Amino acid sequence: MGFKNIPMSTVKPSENKQALFNAKIRAEIDKWIAKYPPEWRQSAVMGALMIVQREHGGSLTPELMDNVAAYLDMAPIAVYEVGSFYSMYEHKPVGRHKICVCTNVSCMINGADQIVEYLEQKLNARLGGTSADGKYTLKEVECLGACGGAPMFQIGEKYYENLTPELIDSILDGLEE
Amino acid sequence: MANEVCFRNMDQDRPWLLEQYRARGGYEMLSRILKEKMPPEKIIDEVKASGLRGRGGAGFPTGLKWSFINRNAPGHKYVVCNSDEGEPGTFKDRDILRYNPHQLIEGMVIAGYAIGATCGYNYIRGEFWEPYERFEAALEEARSAGFLGNDLFGSGFDFQLHSHLGAGAYICGEETALLESIEGKKGQPRYKPPFPAHFGLYGCPTIINNTESLASIPVILEKGGAWFKGLGVENSGGSKLFSISGNIKNPGVFEIPLGTPFSELLEMAGGMKEGSRIKAVIPGGSSAPILPGDVMMDLTMDYDAIAKAGSMLGSGAVIVLDDSNCMVKVLERMSYFYHEESCGQCTPCREGTGWLYRVVNRIETGRGRPEDLDLLDDMTVKIAGRTICALGDAAAMPVQGMLKHFRDEFEYHIEHKRCLVG
Ligand SMILES: Cc1cc2nc3c(=O)[nH]c(=O)nc-3n(C[C@H](O)[C@H](O)[C@H](O)COP(=O)(O)O)c2cc1C
Ligand code: FES
Repeated sequence: MGFKNIPMSTVKPSENKQALFNAKIRAEIDKWIAKYPPEWRQSAVMGALMIVQREHGGSLTPELMDNVAAYLDMAPIAVYEVGSFYSMYEHKPVGRHKICVCTNVSCMINGADQIVEYLEQKLNARLGGTSADGKYTLKEVECLGACGGAPMFQIGEKYYENLTPELIDSILDGLEE
Repeated sequence: MANEVCFRNMDQDRPWLLEQYRARGGYEMLSRILKEKMPPEKIIDEVKASGLRGRGGAGFPTGLKWSFINRNAPGHKYVVCNSDEGEPGTFKDRDILRYNPHQLIEGMVIAGYAIGATCGYNYIRGEFWEPYERFEAALEEARSAGFLGNDLFGSGFDFQLHSHLGAGAYICGEETALLESIEGKKGQPRYKPPFPAHFGLYGCPTIINNTESLASIPVILEKGGAWFKGLGVENSGGSKLFSISGNIKNPGVFEIPLGTPFSELLEMAGGMKEGSRIKAVIPGGSSAPILPGDVMMDLTMDYDAIAKAGSMLGSGAVIVLDDSNCMVKVLERMSYFYHEESCGQCTPCREGTGWLYRVVNRIETGRGRPEDLDLLDDMTVKIAGRTICALGDAAAMPVQGMLKHFRDEFEYHIEHKRCLVG
């Protein structure tokens, strides 16, 4: 990082952007693009990866990242860098529900280890793995900023706090198939 | 004396709605400033007079930071809000986003006016989807009511505000990593200088402040800098949000005047859980050195008191540990965090955090060696202060704090290959 600050989009703008994603995805990405200065389309890369991941079963592939690069006129490598840096982007297939369990200090001293153990047994999957039916992926995460509700986890967009085995049973029962 | 600033609307029903915020005089300060065309210097002086220090962790005086911007420099300027809230133990900005988003918006517009910026971004951590949606809804309300957009209150002042979502990276809480992230890159901190006030977002002059700092602004201006300062104590103006968690009965976020005794805060949080005794407290987020419980019980919650005791107030994240906790295990978890979150840019941090974790891990798992404690001491010195950003220091400080106050537990672990407790 020096005193120069220019977008990394040195490639020729790609043509035929409509072919890259369906209309719904394009409209959502365009909303992100509109937030930033016109020459900084690449600022929308994080939003775009999030949308594309969500719309493709919860994980990214090199092809999808290439399409994001083309859509934002970025070099593919610049998109891979972002895609691999942030922990919420997945690069292996995940279950229909990704359970992100916080094990950081406040959660740990309030029983996060037991929560993990309970989930591992119940779903017959290890941290980082996916249940055999492809329904759940278990993931260990760092402090989610909800330590007042420790122990806690996140599934999809939602936080669940003050977890107990009984509560976990009812939460999982309430999820879509 | 609680809930005077960021939480002053907490008694309202659905306090996040615009009509509720306006019912308490919300956006009136902004309207007055713009209609009177209040001189920006006056606003900055008032913020200086309030003694407000950055609530994100470093405690830098907010008014002073704003005065570094050259308002008259040509080109764009930006206001950036740091809602990345990643410091373990901290969960207060989430409550501002969920329950008082309009006060944050008003604070950001006022900040924009004060420094001559016409655009702002609120960087919200990616996991905070629900607070993000709440904040987005508030932005929509503010836009339709004419509190955001062009020519606000007919003053000729334009201000656009957007949120940016992160995607999971503690390092993006560091201000220059955050700017890189908005620019669509990996979150790797920049060298400073140049500071963001000169070379910030998109290379333009930028102020970046924590959510709580910015949300405090409308109340400070409404009631006056002197009033805010008077809430707190010498060197620690105002009240502050404390996120208190751990082995206590009623964890939560409490807004109390700076200088309040820790014992009172603990009492507000219901005290220790049934049958448990206080052992230690991390007073300012996991990067702050841990202090023994009996030391904490005699301290007040303000910048100077906590610093004098050898730790820091940081983000106001108070983690209370009872005597069932093994300190080696606690440190092992914290060291794992910094290792996991190091951005990898600087060698002392990238390699050093891994070493710290592996050595603490081997002590925890009964493979510790007598010389390991000296090795840890030595490594912290070789990491702290030798990196581009403060993550290196943040990884070193908890280790130093633990070895200072709980060295015997580590020695016991190494000698007996098991815990002193439990
Ligand atoms: C590793 C690291 C993580 C940080 N995380 C946060 C954070 O999550 N939120 C925050 O407001 N400040 C965080 N900071 C501090 C910011 O760099 C910056 O000082 C702060 O946002 C400035 O705002 P303030 O003066 O209002 O506190 C972090 C700093 C470091 C070194
Ligand atoms: S430690 Fe689990 S949410 Fe903070």
